[in-house]
Amino acid sequence: MRAPIVVAGASMAGLRTAEQLRAAGWDGPIILIGDESHMPYNRPPLSKEVLAGRATFDSLAFRPRTAVADVTWRLGTKAVRADLDRHLVELDDGEALTYAGLVIATGMRPRRLRCPGPTTGRHTVRTLDDARGLRDALTRPGVRVVVVGAGFIGCEVAATAVALGAAEVTVVDPLPLPMIGPLGEPLARALRDRHEQRGVRFALGTGVTAFEGEDHVTGVILADGSVLAADVVVESVGSVANTEWLDGNGLDLTDGVLTDEHLRVGCRPDVVAVGDIARFPNARYDGVPRRVEHWSIPTDTAKHAARVLAAHLGGTESGLAPFAPLPTFWSDQHDFRLQSFGAPALGKDDIRVLEGDLDGDVLVGYHTDGRLVGVVALGGTAAAAAAARHRAELLKQPALTA
Amino acid sequence: MKVVVDMNKCQDHGQCVFAAPDVFSFDDAGRLAYVADPDDALRDEVEEAADVCPLQAIRIED
Ligand SMILES: Cc1cc2nc3c(=O)[nH]c(=O)nc-3n(C[C@H](O)[C@H](O)[C@H](O)COP(=O)(O)OP(=O)(O)OC[C@H]3O[C@@H](n4cnc5c(N)ncnc54)[C@H](O)[C@@H]3O)c2cc1C
Ligand code: SF4
Repeated sequence: MRAPIVVAGASMAGLRTAEQLRAAGWDGPIILIGDESHMPYNRPPLSKEVLAGRATFDSLAFRPRTAVADVTWRLGTKAVRADLDRHLVELDDGEALTYAGLVIATGMRPRRLRCPGPTTGRHTVRTLDDARGLRDALTRPGVRVVVVGAGFIGCEVAATAVALGAAEVTVVDPLPLPMIGPLGEPLARALRDRHEQRGVRFALGTGVTAFEGEDHVTGVILADGSVLAADVVVESVGSVANTEWLDGNGLDLTDGVLTDEHLRVGCRPDVVAVGDIARFPNARYDGVPRRVEHWSIPTDTAKHAARVLAAHLGGTESGLAPFAPLPTFWSDQHDFRLQSFGAPALGKDDIRVLEGDLDGDVLVGYHTDGRLVGVVALGGTAAAAAAARHRAELLKQPALTA
Repeated sequence: MKVVVDMNKCQDHGQCVFAAPDVFSFDDAGRLAYVADPDDALRDEVEEAADVCPLQAIRIED
């Protein structure tokens, strides 16, 4: 029998890559290894509709394409070691698989705070099981909630907690405004105002030093000495790549898995990385390798990596141009939506309001050397429709600067 | 090519409007409108739109 393509990580990026391998003509065996016991499911609703109870946990499951009906699923199984010279992946049940091709799709896990204090009552949101636990905690009457980290997941959870009737919701962050990293100051300020108008409080410019409580957390101690009473704490302070199983292969694992311009890893044509874990150069921008934790990336990386890998295993070259996705991202908070197209973070020194104004539906543009590199729409569909009008400009392929 | 959007699922994100503006747009009331039988030349765009729809509400029938 032919050696399989082994896909480590059975979530969105793993599933999409398996589907795209079939589309690219690979008809050999495919084995997906996933340490969660669930079939692949959709994560964004975990901090939004599903956490709020407006959609069921069952509604999260992806519908795999029929082309992957014959793949082997090894769920509840972890990849613990890889030997890329010998084309081997070892599993936690002791089995070792020899692969023809390897797809790295093990994604991220939440970073945890290492402050002293109790751990019970502290939550993260990454998995279905996390969201179940957090929903149980947030739906108890009169809870006081402290969200640590004002990134998009923290902002979404805060909005959902208010909607669920929490008595108090406070978001803590050492930075001066929510989501200031990806959005820049004007929009981050508008975002803070909208949250405050809807009942979210902020403790900004200060970090967490410790948690209070005996067995269960009862309070959060801030760097300025103040204490926030808390029944539920949510830690949304970024993520860590699940790369430990790749140690010892001489790979660059400093922030995710470094890839070349075709998502290949470690100069090996038989190993690719996809999804949140891939740190890839984007030929559309400056060519600097970055990880991108957007929902659009599993699909974009899957399409490119699958064609590259299938071509190699078929003894040819894919002939593809270097990977150059247009990142897109959305976030639902309260009754408004943020949508980002392109790479706003690269154009934060030159931010202009393109349409509308910051109190209503607004479209903001981000520029590098006078060129539009990203837009963010805040508000309702009018803002999203305005974003679409700038599509052609964002898709203009610039000369590589790196 | 036939395009079907499950309007019970659609939440008017407009990711599809961005990916395939020749096929998807918003009407004056801010609801999604689309061309149900677009030209085959637009297939790449439409497939892109189906992929990026956060609700996976877009189906392509050949
Ligand atoms: C709460 C939440 C809300 C989000 N909301 C949005 C949003 O609104 N908009 C947006 O654009 N993006 C959003 N995202 C981001 C988006 O969901 C991610 O970019 C996407 O899920 C990444 O998919 P992935 O398959 O690369 O990684 P993951 O989904 O993390 O998949 C990795 C899988 O590999 C498994 N695994 C890890 N180590 C091993 C191992 N050693 N062996 C086997 N399996 C292993 C993991 O358990 C996991 O199942 C959100 C993410 C979260 C968590
Ligand atoms: S992307 Fe999906 S949810 Fe959004 S408007 Fe288009 S069909 Fe509707």
